[in-house]
Amino acid sequence: MKIFTCIKYVPDTSEAEVKLDSEGTGVDSSRFSFDINDADNYAVEESVLIKEKHDGDVTVVSIGPKNSDVMIRMAMAKGCDRAIRIEDERIAAHDPLMVAKVLAGAIKDQEFDLVFTGCMAEDYGQAATGVALAELLGVSHAAYVKKVEIEDGKVKAHRELEGGLREVVEISLPAVLTIQTGINEPRYAPIRGIRQAQKKELKVMNLDDLGIPEGEVNAEASRIVLEKLYIPVVESKAEIIEGEPEEKAEKLASILVKGGLV
Amino acid sequence: MGNVLVLAEHRQGELRDISIEMLALAPSVAEALGGEVMVLLLGSEVGPMAEKIAGHGVKVLVVDDPLFADYNSDKYQKVLSALIDDYKPKLVMMGQTAQGVDLAPALAVEKGLPFVPDIIGLEVEGGVIKATRQLYSGKVNAQVALKEADTGLVTVREAAFEAPDPSTAGAVEKIDSPLKEDLDYRKFVEYIEAEIGDVDITQSEILVGIGRGLKEDKNLPVAEALAEVIKADLCGSRAACDAGWLPDDRQVGTSGKTVQPKLYICMGISGAFQHIAGIKGAKTIVAINKDPNAPIFAEADYAIIDDLHKIVPQLTEKLKELKG
Ligand SMILES: Cc1cc2nc3c(=O)[nH]c(=O)nc-3n(C[C@H](O)[C@H](O)[C@H](O)COP(=O)(O)OP(=O)(O)OC[C@H]3O[C@@H](n4cnc5c(N)ncnc54)[C@H](O)[C@@H]3O)c2cc1C
Ligand SMILES: Nc1ncnc2c1ncn2[C@@H]1O[C@H](COP(=O)(O)O)[C@@H](O)[C@H]1O
Repeated sequence: MKIFTCIKYVPDTSEAEVKLDSEGTGVDSSRFSFDINDADNYAVEESVLIKEKHDGDVTVVSIGPKNSDVMIRMAMAKGCDRAIRIEDERIAAHDPLMVAKVLAGAIKDQEFDLVFTGCMAEDYGQAATGVALAELLGVSHAAYVKKVEIEDGKVKAHRELEGGLREVVEISLPAVLTIQTGINEPRYAPIRGIRQAQKKELKVMNLDDLGIPEGEVNAEASRIVLEKLYIPVVESKAEIIEGEPEEKAEKLASILVKGGLV
Repeated sequence: MGNVLVLAEHRQGELRDISIEMLALAPSVAEALGGEVMVLLLGSEVGPMAEKIAGHGVKVLVVDDPLFADYNSDKYQKVLSALIDDYKPKLVMMGQTAQGVDLAPALAVEKGLPFVPDIIGLEVEGGVIKATRQLYSGKVNAQVALKEADTGLVTVREAAFEAPDPSTAGAVEKIDSPLKEDLDYRKFVEYIEAEIGDVDITQSEILVGIGRGLKEDKNLPVAEALAEVIKADLCGSRAACDAGWLPDDRQVGTSGKTVQPKLYICMGISGAFQHIAGIKGAKTIVAINKDPNAPIFAEADYAIIDDLHKIVPQLTEKLKELKG
């Protein structure tokens, strides 16, 4: 079973304010810590579980900066066998179709049975790259997968629909599955794995190495234009309870009790 | 002509809300493009659904064929691809739903369409279609223009727009299926219903919600103690359920439950739109979060911006005293 797993290095913006960079077309991410995208972490685990069960090997593919090598090494420490990191400023990173083209360029000439992506990257939240990638590779796909069963060259993918309902679909290999969070319990990297990961192959490539003409994946090739970014004005009707922690707790308790809410 | 083609969505015999929600946007965009709205309904025995949609003053194109009894990305893609060629809509809209994300990107690649996923706003400026979408879980907005093309494609976020009320009667037109026989790359096998747990949180009067901000399962007692004093049930964000702190049937949001408690007190939940969609029916919302920019505060009635560990244990004590 030859598996490719696409992972992205994303900033954790959950606990802080996000500011725009001086040009207003990007985000100042210098203050954030970066790590593997949540869903991709589950995709890594799923690929390693399948490798362990069905034999085979896993190649990690990531488009990202040098800093992301720590994330890639961590995926290899958990059992992925090798990695390709693509670094190229010319890629129109805001367009999932351009990103998918680059990923496809790295995978299409190789033998593969399964390609995993996360269902959605937390930074841009597009939930589009995996399914676009499947179309570019000319293979079947299933999005939002929360259980994978492989049998006789086929995959039964349990897709998560709204409201907790699931849909089981059967597709033939090769296929692209976009993995939903919660599908498994991602392992911690064992110490031995961390040591071994340093010796595994991590190829760094650019568009030229991949043989992808720049004109196919740059801003000009993209059929969308990111015109501007702005910080939305949040209209809150909330009564903000102020004071020292103890006062806040006391005020809230009395609001709840006096208002007959509890 | 700038027609807008909207793909209706239905499942297990029911029209999904997103189908009508998109009609809050489509007419004004069609007008600005100098065309009309056409809603495409693919299904089997979907006559009543077609009538319901047409009641919003739009034209409904219906492909009524057993081939489309259940959603299938391959079949849907084939049909849409053919109809885009036939009808040349200026814009195609579908939901950013489990169905739409499974279909739209592949369609966009196949037909080479300008494509913007998960939009929360749409307008036409000087003939150019411009979409608004969110980045970084709602902390940044982006305006994205679709380059000039015969057809563009957007997927619309669920519950971002209020479904309009029915208006005038539109027309229902049956069309032949461009797909004549079944495809066999992808087969629908079955639906599996969500598991039912020990507590049905959709019926709870008071809920205490926990999120990733709780950090570790050993902090669960902080929330449990509060819940006990106010006789609340515990629920959580997807992150809390993925982490195994709570069973999946306690998850609130689009892929979990929609709840309608009198009171919802949440801690360490950022307020991702998928979570918010599940708490729209809550009467009073109290949010405790240390990030003043957390989107949850836009939904809350009472807000405490602080570390939950400094607030919640004291809140529990005070409530114990007051309630005697
Ligand atoms: C297809 C799909 C479906 C989804 N469905 C759902 C769904 O149904 N329900 C759902 O909830 N999510 C859903 N999600 C996930 C959603 O996008 C978010 O990832 C998730 O809601 C985040 O959970 P959270 O708020 O607990 O975590 P985070 O977003 O990580 O937020 C944690 C918060 O805790 C705060 N915090 C940290 N420490 C403290 C402290 N000591 N005191 C106070 N506050 C603190 C932080 O400031 C932050 O705001 C879905 C995603 C996808 C792609
Ligand atoms: N820069 C990238 N490098 C590798 N994989 C990516 C990249 N961007 C997106 N992906 C993959 O595509 C998935 C969905 O991303 P998105 O469509 O941007 O929400 C992610 O979870 C990743 O698996």
